[in-house]
Amino acid sequence: MTTDLTRATAAELADLLGAGSVSSREVTRALLDRTAAVDGAVRSYLHVDEDGALAAADDVDRRRAAGEELHALAGVPIAVKDVMATRGLPTTCGSRILEGWVPPYDATVVRRLREAGMPILGKTNMDEFAMGSSTEHSAFGPSHNPWDLDRIPGGSGGGSSSVVASFQAPLAIGTDTGGSIRQPAAVTGTVGTKPTYGGVSRYGLVALASSLDQAGPCSRTVLDSALLHEVIAGHDPMDSTSVDAPVPAVVEAARRADVSGMRIGIVRELTGEGFQPGVQARFDEAVQHLVDAGAEVVEVSCPSFTYALAAYYLILPSEASSNLAKFDAMRYGLRVTPDGIDAPSAEQVMAATRDAGFGDEVKRRIILGTYALSSGYYDAYYGSAQKVRRLIADDFAAAFETADVLVTPTAPTTAFRLGDKLDDPMAMYLNDIATIPANLAGIPGLSLPSGLADEDGLPAGFQVLAPAMADERLYSVGAALEARLAAAWGGPLLDRAPDLTEVSR
Amino acid sequence: MSTTTGERTLSFDEALASFDPVMGLEVHVELGTNTKMFCGCPTEFGAEPNTQVCPVCLGLPGALPVVNAVAVESAIRIGLALNCSIAEWCRFARKNYFYPDMPKNFQTSQYDEPIAFDGYLDVELEDGSTFRVEIERAHMEEDTGKSLHVGGATGRIHGATHSLVDYNRAGIPLIEIVTKPIVATREKAPEVAKAYVATLRDLLKAMDVSDVKMEQGSMRCDVNLSLMPRDGDTFGTRTETKNVNSLRSVERAVRYEIGRHAAVLTDGGSITQETRHWHEDTGITTSGRVKSDAEDYRYFPEPDLVPVAPSRETVEALRATLPEPPAARRKRLQADWGYSDLEMRDVVNAGLVELVEDTVAAGASPAAARKWWSGEIARRANTEGEDVPSYAARLGVTPAHVVELEGLVTSGRLNDSMARQAWEGVLDGEGTPTAVADARGLELVQDTGALESAVDAVIAANPDVAAKIRDGKVQAVGALIGQVMREMKGQADAGAARAIILERLGQA
Amino acid sequence: MADLTRDDVAHLAGLARIDLSDAELDRMVGELGVILESVATVQQAPIADVEPMSHPLPLVNVTRPDVVRPSLTPQEALAGAPESEQQRFSVPRILDEE
Repeated sequence: MTTDLTRATAAELADLLGAGSVSSREVTRALLDRTAAVDGAVRSYLHVDEDGALAAADDVDRRRAAGEELHALAGVPIAVKDVMATRGLPTTCGSRILEGWVPPYDATVVRRLREAGMPILGKTNMDEFAMGSSTEHSAFGPSHNPWDLDRIPGGSGGGSSSVVASFQAPLAIGTDTGGSIRQPAAVTGTVGTKPTYGGVSRYGLVALASSLDQAGPCSRTVLDSALLHEVIAGHDPMDSTSVDAPVPAVVEAARRADVSGMRIGIVRELTGEGFQPGVQARFDEAVQHLVDAGAEVVEVSCPSFTYALAAYYLILPSEASSNLAKFDAMRYGLRVTPDGIDAPSAEQVMAATRDAGFGDEVKRRIILGTYALSSGYYDAYYGSAQKVRRLIADDFAAAFETADVLVTPTAPTTAFRLGDKLDDPMAMYLNDIATIPANLAGIPGLSLPSGLADEDGLPAGFQVLAPAMADERLYSVGAALEARLAAAWGGPLLDRAPDLTEVSR
Repeated sequence: MSTTTGERTLSFDEALASFDPVMGLEVHVELGTNTKMFCGCPTEFGAEPNTQVCPVCLGLPGALPVVNAVAVESAIRIGLALNCSIAEWCRFARKNYFYPDMPKNFQTSQYDEPIAFDGYLDVELEDGSTFRVEIERAHMEEDTGKSLHVGGATGRIHGATHSLVDYNRAGIPLIEIVTKPIVATREKAPEVAKAYVATLRDLLKAMDVSDVKMEQGSMRCDVNLSLMPRDGDTFGTRTETKNVNSLRSVERAVRYEIGRHAAVLTDGGSITQETRHWHEDTGITTSGRVKSDAEDYRYFPEPDLVPVAPSRETVEALRATLPEPPAARRKRLQADWGYSDLEMRDVVNAGLVELVEDTVAAGASPAAARKWWSGEIARRANTEGEDVPSYAARLGVTPAHVVELEGLVTSGRLNDSMARQAWEGVLDGEGTPTAVADARGLELVQDTGALESAVDAVIAANPDVAAKIRDGKVQAVGALIGQVMREMKGQADAGAARAIILERLGQA
Repeated sequence: MADLTRDDVAHLAGLARIDLSDAELDRMVGELGVILESVATVQQAPIADVEPMSHPLPLVNVTRPDVVRPSLTPQEALAGAPESEQQRFSVPRILDEE
């Protein structure tokens, strides 16, 4: 075996597995060994399921040997963000309040992975209940950026971004409420997609903000994300907000990688000022690559985006304050008895548990959301935010009249240092400035690496946005750009990342 | 707090002398769907604890609701039956508050966009008049779990050390039906309240959307009550009395609260806006939770559910499925059957409408159907504490039995007294009316020779009476008929006996 | 309007059932003040005649047939319970009926 199985893409592994050149057990074993070697330093995982993954791998190998017709990705292992309910596997959402909880059911996404025969390697770290941009709000400590272990891997899905960036898994499931797939992809030099809202079932995704949350693929290549997108997408009768329509032809689009004649819109409000020069420089180059590939560039304006962050930080906390009310120490999870009270009431136990079990950021947002929904303030805050949301959707609709896709830098900066923004919530929130509008409007977005910023040598991200249910356009643009950049770089960007086996010793 | 001694109350008449009662009734009805409002768990009453739960109705992290199509249809049908407008577009909302029997710590309900609104229900009162209760809204929501309070006085929440929660009931579909303020009822307030709930119950039962069993909690009533000074126009502060779970209690609770409010107000006090608990055993209400400004449900549109937008075609199709309203149906049946108002009321009150209808449909005359179902069997059912339909069903007595019995009378085989004997035999489980008549040898004697001989014997034995009749005192014939019937062991036609006696005594 | 007092935050924490310590309350008043000032800018957007948007996609009438699906077993249902008794979830004493 000459191929390093840990560095192979999911598409390559699928080919090898399909040809019988390797077994799923060999692939799974190699990845688990990689985790043993590097995850002490990267800390992508909250829980590794070695036995379960190997058993699933063996099952696929057995079925393949028996000549069974298998899914194209059968036997390709995957990591799952710890916000997805996994039957028999702990699911904590990065929170003390759920420590030790083992769901009695599988999320629909997880069920589809199992049905496709994809071994689940483990559950990845995240900011508590997906609130954050760095994983520093995980109750179990942050994950680290494989490019520089002193830096953040993005958030909330920093576990999923770092797990693929550090070659512990070719694929991972992320979730994106305001950028939690795309921003981590950007700062780790990986690829991630937030599908159209309703494109992937939310059943079993522990809700942060129901009207914003969407699960999607994390990978190292655009094609791999498309392959995973196809596995997890599609209508689910268990999710009322799931779209009952065919899955966009994302894999075909990724393979064709054709942008000729496509109108690429640059959003005036999401470029230039506020973006790190190195990030902006890589973005500008990427746009030129697309022009070289036959695309046409247009400029669009989305004036309401100015208010997107404000609307988002009202809608999200409002929905979250209600979604997180269920964590009350009565039916599952942590139960804390308050000090100094004899025979405390249920109410007192709830309040003590929620104080002890939630971290600061979660408490901040719950209080903020409680305020925004409370009588007398609803219209001024939540109500106004819902109206701004409409304006943002209208801005997108207008922009997509003149452009087939919109492009922006994914995040304003490259990965910052762990601890740098921890005490400044507003500074942390600004990381999501370019990713949030897509969640508010429900449209799909993809981030792929655009190169390394000159000033710090760290990855920068390039975001593509498309109209609802036109997810395939993300992959056409992403794959076309990826091919040209790889040619320019002489190989994938991640080849330039440090070798972690050295660091972790 | 005591639950046995009430607060001071004024008498009903005293209260009404100074005040006008204003009521608002909130009725929660559990729908009789196969599954819960937002998940596929069954809804059977009385199942073992926590056997009808799933990630959705347990509020497990990640689970999502999906609306039960039949629950929406039922809600629309109820709205139509209550003469409501049906929303063209409405949403569910989350009502946020913490309580251990509510798994998500919010109730998925409807807030300012109910599925049905602005309707009315006409209710008939004892005096035959009709009162129109205006309906504010009917909306969909979900029920909560049930708590068992342990360690204190039997089952009481106060003093309990802990509680045990069963979530089988959590998520069962509820329709909450809210009236507009019911004014100008005066002394009829308690009766209107009771009649409204009873009419609503009958309506929902006829629609087959709920089993409406108040004793099992599938229909529950909250009574809002306030008083305003006589001929005033500003409503007073209201109280909301919960747990009023029988028709009789609805009437009593209204009456009690009127007296209590009146006493407080007359004494110069003011009513606290609060929830009150009704105690069926003692017939009083006690103070519950005070509704304060702190109560803030933070309603917002439920993001996990999409809007409900029933097309007008759907609404009209559902309207076509509505049964005839019970009141209209009663009027129609009364006319068809030719019953007097009193007869009809007795049949309705005894719960015999369906039985009589089935019996008439099976071929009996309306008079016979009423006579047989409201006679001996009603007496026996009452003794057993059962209603006639369920008692009859238990005994296996059917409309066909009544038809057969009536046939035996009209064919001349049995007279009325014999038919009663045959009916008793049927109720005693001796078989069909014919079988009972055969077994007991019940048969009118058709042989006029035997009857004539008996008449002659009786005339001979009663010369004094016979003489009076000959002299024209025809009314004395009754005494002789009785003796003839005894002579004939009851198996004679009394009319025929009378004719022969009168003929023999020259009075024919 | 964006000024939140310490009492306001304490009240909100009560509504949200979070027993914040005094130190947490002190800190949160300041942090929330900064955040609120920022998010209050939504009121400056041109939203006068705008229809609020509660759902990102215009779906309506999503329902399921009234058909029973398998429930969890009571063992599965109670597996995560901090305490259980008599096949029920055991919870601390409840203050009063809702």
